[in-house]
Amino acid sequence: MKLRTALLFSCLIFLVGCNATPGTWGWYVIDPRTQSGYNNIRFLLNGFGATILLSVIAAFLSMAIGLMVALPGMSSNRWIRLPSRIYIEFVRAIPLLPMLFWVFYGLPVVLKSMGINVSIDAFWGAVITLAISDSAFTAEIYRSGIQSIAKGQTEAAKTVGLNYRQTMRYVILPQAIRRILPPLANQFIYIVKMSAFASVIGMQELTRRANELVVTEYRPLEIYTLLILEYLVLVLIISFFVRWLERKMGSDESR
Amino acid sequence: MTKTGDAIEISGLNKWYGDYQALKNIDLNVAHGERIVVCGPSGSGKSTLIRCVNSLEEHDSGRIVVDGIEMIDNESINAIRSEVGMVFQQFNLFPHLSIMQNLTLGPMKARGMSKADAEERAMRYLERVRIPDQAHKKPSELSGGQQQRVAIARSLCMEPKIMLFDEPTSALDPEMISEVLDVIVDLAEDGMTMIVVTHEMGFARRAADRMIFMDHGEVIETGTPTDFFEAPKTERCKQFLSQILQH
Repeated sequence: MKLRTALLFSCLIFLVGCNATPGTWGWYVIDPRTQSGYNNIRFLLNGFGATILLSVIAAFLSMAIGLMVALPGMSSNRWIRLPSRIYIEFVRAIPLLPMLFWVFYGLPVVLKSMGINVSIDAFWGAVITLAISDSAFTAEIYRSGIQSIAKGQTEAAKTVGLNYRQTMRYVILPQAIRRILPPLANQFIYIVKMSAFASVIGMQELTRRANELVVTEYRPLEIYTLLILEYLVLVLIISFFVRWLERKMGSDESR
Repeated sequence: MTKTGDAIEISGLNKWYGDYQALKNIDLNVAHGERIVVCGPSGSGKSTLIRCVNSLEEHDSGRIVVDGIEMIDNESINAIRSEVGMVFQQFNLFPHLSIMQNLTLGPMKARGMSKADAEERAMRYLERVRIPDQAHKKPSELSGGQQQRVAIARSLCMEPKIMLFDEPTSALDPEMISEVLDVIVDLAEDGMTMIVVTHEMGFARRAADRMIFMDHGEVIETGTPTDFFEAPKTERCKQFLSQILQH
């Protein structure tokens, strides 16, 4: 259903482009039948690799950090709970772009003053920023998922001798993850889209390449249209994958 | 460790929920092999009492000694829990795991048993609760009575010395109650020490060595089933019995 809508949408744009008055659309700029068009479209599509790699690493880090923040955030001891509450409230309040600038330009200076000499390139700057900024949201998703599992599950786990770590790993998380798959997928899609910000610190992903080509070809309409379609394809692939995963995991969930 | 004392020794036990006192100065000793049925109106503290025995509820004051182990810190709580099995009103099976995995999780992860040994033991207890043929199903594919019997088998797989039953038949359809009670009676006849919170008075007559009647967080009356049912001593107990035996 979604795929058909998407195809229809792209065909429409293409048709409009072909039939419009001269000067409105100029698809020649990415027409693979000409040499320059072919080179251009290859240049643009080559951004997929970086966008995907960036998003996947950031998403995995975000899920790992999110869990490490969420678990102490549910402790009955308020002093264990507090740091994770502070982390979530603080990180959630920082807009992505300022944080990206701070990590890319500011963090190396801070690290250097502490005697740690690392340069952060655009890729890792973007990964760190996306992962941290997203982790505050994943942490809250984990918390809601874990708290939605009935207390009796923890009690039953205790009575068969499992400790906290085993209870989480074998009893609570497998059930919670199944429930929070849809919101986690949302966050992953969000990361893919927000990875476009990495273009401003010079990372050669989809958006950066589109910007660079616009400057030389001066055809923003066609190039940005293609750019949007590129993200659409990525997000649709994720949606289908998650639906598949949900069916696969949901099939054994009790009713 | 000396095992000369009772299976469970509780003295001066108090439990508060905020301003509400759920347990008031409870003293209770349970001998090895003794079968106790606890009854009383809802909110009388009977579930809270047995949940204190394996520290699912923390008590505020008083002394609990289970099989010679005094409950003082996390280490002793873990030691006590490994002696005490528990069956819940809502079964609390792990819905994402198969019946077999439900039974082997504890022995394998908490006791470090091999998978083969754990599965062999699981089959033995599944046979004992008379459902050996459901091992590879998910809990949701079983009836309530079967689920509760699996829950009993899951507890038995940890080979506890004491079993606690927290209203084991209250969530069941009437026609499934007896299949679960039969399994519990079986266990009782084998000499398992047990405390059963239940309103099933027929079961109490069949299986209990001693009845305990609680109300408002206190033990009001205790006695043999015969004395308890034929000649209740207190007014509150008479009232309670007349209410539940009418139906």
